[in-house]
Amino acid sequence: MDNLNLNGNVPSGDLADKWTKYRSTLPLVAPNNKLKIEIIVVGTGLAGASAAATLGELGYLVKCYTFHDSPRRAHSIAAQGGINAAKNYRNDGDSVFRLFYDTIKGGDYRSREANVYRLAEVSTSIIDQAVAQGVPFAREYGGLLDNRSFGGVQVSRTFYARGQTGQQLLLGAYQSLSRQIALGNVKMFTRHEMIELVLKDGKARGIIARNLLTGELEKHGAHAVVLATGGYGNVFYLSTNAMNCNVTAAMRAVAKGAFMANPCFTQIHPTCIPQMGEYQSKLTLMSESLRNDGRVWVPAKKEDAKAIRDGVKTALDIPEADRDYFLERRYPAFGNLVPRDVASRAAKTACDEGNGIVPTGLGVFLDFSAAIERYGKSKANILGLSNPSHAKVIELGEKVIEEKYGNLFEMYEKISGENPYKFPMKIYPAVHYTMGGLWVDYNLMTNVPGLFSIGESNFSDHGANRLGASALMQGLADGYFVLPYTIGTFLSEDISTPKLDVNAPEFTAAADLAKQRIDKLFAIKGKQSAESFHRRLGKIIWEYCGMSRSAEGLTSARQQVRALRDEFYADLYLPGVANDLNPELEKALRVADFIDLGEIMVVDALDRNESCGGHFREEYQTPDGEALRRDDEYAYVSAWEFKGADQDPVLHKEMLHFDNVELKTRSYK
Amino acid sequence: MKLTLKIWRQPSQNVKGKFETYNLDNVSEHMSFLEMLDVLNEKLSFEQKIPIAFEHDCREGICGTCSLVINGQPHGPLQGTTTCQLHMRNFKDGETIVIEPYRASAFPVLKDLSVDRGALDRIIQAGGFISVSTGQAQDANAVPIEKDVASHAFDAATCIGCGACVAACPNSSAMLFTSAKVAHLALLPQGKVEAQKRVLNMVRQMDLENFGNCSNITACEAECPKGISVSNIALMNREFLSASFSSNDAN
Repeated sequence: MDNLNLNGNVPSGDLADKWTKYRSTLPLVAPNNKLKIEIIVVGTGLAGASAAATLGELGYLVKCYTFHDSPRRAHSIAAQGGINAAKNYRNDGDSVFRLFYDTIKGGDYRSREANVYRLAEVSTSIIDQAVAQGVPFAREYGGLLDNRSFGGVQVSRTFYARGQTGQQLLLGAYQSLSRQIALGNVKMFTRHEMIELVLKDGKARGIIARNLLTGELEKHGAHAVVLATGGYGNVFYLSTNAMNCNVTAAMRAVAKGAFMANPCFTQIHPTCIPQMGEYQSKLTLMSESLRNDGRVWVPAKKEDAKAIRDGVKTALDIPEADRDYFLERRYPAFGNLVPRDVASRAAKTACDEGNGIVPTGLGVFLDFSAAIERYGKSKANILGLSNPSHAKVIELGEKVIEEKYGNLFEMYEKISGENPYKFPMKIYPAVHYTMGGLWVDYNLMTNVPGLFSIGESNFSDHGANRLGASALMQGLADGYFVLPYTIGTFLSEDISTPKLDVNAPEFTAAADLAKQRIDKLFAIKGKQSAESFHRRLGKIIWEYCGMSRSAEGLTSARQQVRALRDEFYADLYLPGVANDLNPELEKALRVADFIDLGEIMVVDALDRNESCGGHFREEYQTPDGEALRRDDEYAYVSAWEFKGADQDPVLHKEMLHFDNVELKTRSYK
Repeated sequence: MKLTLKIWRQPSQNVKGKFETYNLDNVSEHMSFLEMLDVLNEKLSFEQKIPIAFEHDCREGICGTCSLVINGQPHGPLQGTTTCQLHMRNFKDGETIVIEPYRASAFPVLKDLSVDRGALDRIIQAGGFISVSTGQAQDANAVPIEKDVASHAFDAATCIGCGACVAACPNSSAMLFTSAKVAHLALLPQGKVEAQKRVLNMVRQMDLENFGNCSNITACEAECPKGISVSNIALMNREFLSASFSSNDAN
């Protein structure tokens, strides 16, 4: 394959007609043949559950896998905000093109035009489907669906179900999946983790799944394999991902030749509850909506910041004149509402300068006192109170804030033990989504024939930065409305392939490989837990490949990751046995893959000599510290071919062409 | 904080379990309950002992994976809170904490604190859905739904499927879980079409799975981390009765 010209297989024709025309001319698999074709779907989040259910409805023999005890637990369930769709129910000028444009611009022009347009196009069908399934979206008094506005756009196109949109959409997909399980069209394997991909004659034909209850390595065959295994945010150890989110399925595919695309594009969310101690296992997101009313600040004087860190002073002791509202200072036009990547970097800078306000030094204030006072005064006006006391104003204002954000304030108090109405919230950025993922073409097929990747596990739609409320949209678009069509291009050539024989040598070899990996880990008999290696890996990646990156830091990070890998394979302690429920073994296998991914991420970040979206290279910034994109040299997708842990990965480029949008610089000054 | 932990250890489903006592020092009040268990497991690992198996995932109170009975209460002492959102500041220095798995014959213990809640999935598979295939839907705004009705349905739909209701119930009944799904779908116009068949099939599956019956103790509501109301059980009983009289079709 030509290293410089990876082909996305985008059909020709006008952007607006491309998908409709292509969809109408795709090769089909006849109903009688579908009954003989097996498909493996790994993962039961929004993408996996919707794909498995839809493929089952179409008549394929679907086998679906999750490491959870139930398909309803995948981390899509934790998404709060909403899902975008170009319905234009508000009559505010929204359209498919506008959603497409916002998404491609928000992604800092590093995604494929045709994929993003298709995503915008099918977005409307997702809402229809979800409502028909009984998803209880928010409604207005007239009984019609409500919408709200989200970051980075000027229309109201976000559909939501309180702060639990992900939960309700996932339960909709889970219920559809449950129906197909009951009908016998989908065979569900819970507590099964894919730990090897099986190739036969160069095509993906099965997986080796570890039965997590018995430890048995099971061989499962199919005509095609679909990975819907989510993102790799947990490479940072601490993230807003669930504890069990991992990159193993994707990395097993990468080890068999699939390309990993844009791994350095990771999204850091600015408003999360900061880390409180070394024991901490995960970070919790506080919705972006809080920045509408909260002001972000740190003490202007380092001695004040230190006094707060040491518990000698509180935020309330710092007079107004000694506070640095750094987002308002640096970005007067957008203030506290700059996009996620910009807000995150600014908080990091403030803390790096020594002004952080939590004991670790990594935290800033998100202060609602001004909003409380403003709302309180306005409420007093409405109530006709003349000269209300300050206490009355605060009391009224707190009520307004409670109506708007009550559940978030309650969650914050539960976790931090502090009352955010009285003391400003303490926040810090945290990893929460990965735009990079397995490289796929327009059909969502990886470069390995028969291996598909959907949802967050692929790289396809969000470029270098994802806009709010578009992750749910992409997962469901892929699973309900794209993959069930495009998988036909591969399967229509395969109708005469008989049911896969799992006793074939390819399956045995893959199972042996998995067994060897497990045996190797047990044989180390070292002293350190998998968890401790994971934590150390996370620190390296966060420090050098997090919010701000430099060639020097990345070069050092690569050496550190390699040294960590050597130490892992020399000093891992793994309790228990292989043939049992053994969460420590599950963790160790995942950490091994995170280490390999970590190195590819660092290599990718080092290759991309520009700043764009979530990837900020210190060498490439404007004189006033903003991201400097370099379209002439880096308007490509970097797709990495893994050559083994001791070798350099090989770069393949897919050049990006923009025929329908003009590349512009984002500015928030 | 210093804690004494009495934790249920059981190597596998068919081996008898027992309580083991562990002492843990230096517990920070800011730790979540599961982070406290992480620290204990790290310590056990360091001593080359087998860590305690427990289930968890999102650690933000929404996936429903975590469970545990803490000092006799599913998800511990704090109301409306899952175990993963429970923090150690809710316990006292020097306290002895008893940690057990959910106890219900429909939820067999798999190992230590992990139980098998697959029965809940099978209840949903028996009918907890609307039979609409991808692509069949009409426009989302074609059927208006009264705001209060949608909101009521949402309250029921917020169930996270953790099984605390079963663990809390002296009869190990899954009525709160089952009724939450029955109510969510029966309240919406889209779900009304299949309402009769749904309730009959789901209740039948619930009985097949060995869950007990409801005797109006309402411990389920008290322990539910999402505040699902027992009024859903009343709604399900009503749906079930009327379906039993008017329908011959339970499949």
